[in-house]
Amino acid sequence: MMGHLSLSHFLVVGGLLFCFGLMTVLTRRNAVAMLMGIELILNGANVNLVAFNHYVAGGLSGQIFALFVIVLAAAEAAVGLAIILAIYQMIRSIDTAKIASMRR
Amino acid sequence: MYTNLAIFYLFALAAVVGAAGVPMSKNIFWSAMGLLSALVGVGGLYVLLSADFLAVTQLLVYIGGVLVLIIFAVMLTSQIKEIEVSNQNVGLVSGAILFVLTGTLLSYVALWAPWKVVLRPESHETSAAIGNGLLGTWLLPFEVTSVVLLATLIGAIVVARKEIKDD
Repeated sequence: MMGHLSLSHFLVVGGLLFCFGLMTVLTRRNAVAMLMGIELILNGANVNLVAFNHYVAGGLSGQIFALFVIVLAAAEAAVGLAIILAIYQMIRSIDTAKIASMRR
Repeated sequence: MYTNLAIFYLFALAAVVGAAGVPMSKNIFWSAMGLLSALVGVGGLYVLLSADFLAVTQLLVYIGGVLVLIIFAVMLTSQIKEIEVSNQNVGLVSGAILFVLTGTLLSYVALWAPWKVVLRPESHETSAAIGNGLLGTWLLPFEVTSVVLLATLIGAIVVARKEIKDD
């Protein structure tokens, strides 16, 4: 068990990435840092998908799923950062406590 | 076999330490560097899981695209003079408690659940099979993804551009 690389190794790493991402999203005040937390969460999920694909399911479906997750994460990051930049141009701050009201 | 294990621990350490740096570092630029380490580590884990195409995609899209975008946003939004306080934490104690609880739960499940592991021979390169799959079995999600990317492109441009006032 301990001498071999097993499914549990990868699941623990994926779980830790997810937890750090969750902590980032919940505790940061900076909107860009919250986006970084979302990327960490998606990466943790991806590690789990690929690990299950390799050890349990076989085939390629898990890898394809992870591929789509990567694409959608890139799209989400682009739109999220565009929104953050627009907010910053408007009120000169990206502190989520200061932009809680949706108007100036 | 032990070589595999050593490589795994190298990349897993890079991933976990980098990920730990994201919520804990004082400076948001170091958070971005921690994210870099985490992404590289995850890419290495993909190689160990015989997902070579996915590892390259991780390097190209995440590190070459998303991370550069995030660093651009960091440079554009946090004023350099107050970069030391640009990364405030609130509720670090409750965040740490939540981290311990969730981490314990997930690790417990990962270590003790009776996974139905099927031992497989080492698989070969996957890019040809993924290409065939994307134009065969998974053609519809592939096309829908292209529409999503187009909408993202247009949406990001519309949101981020400067409006020209008429008056």
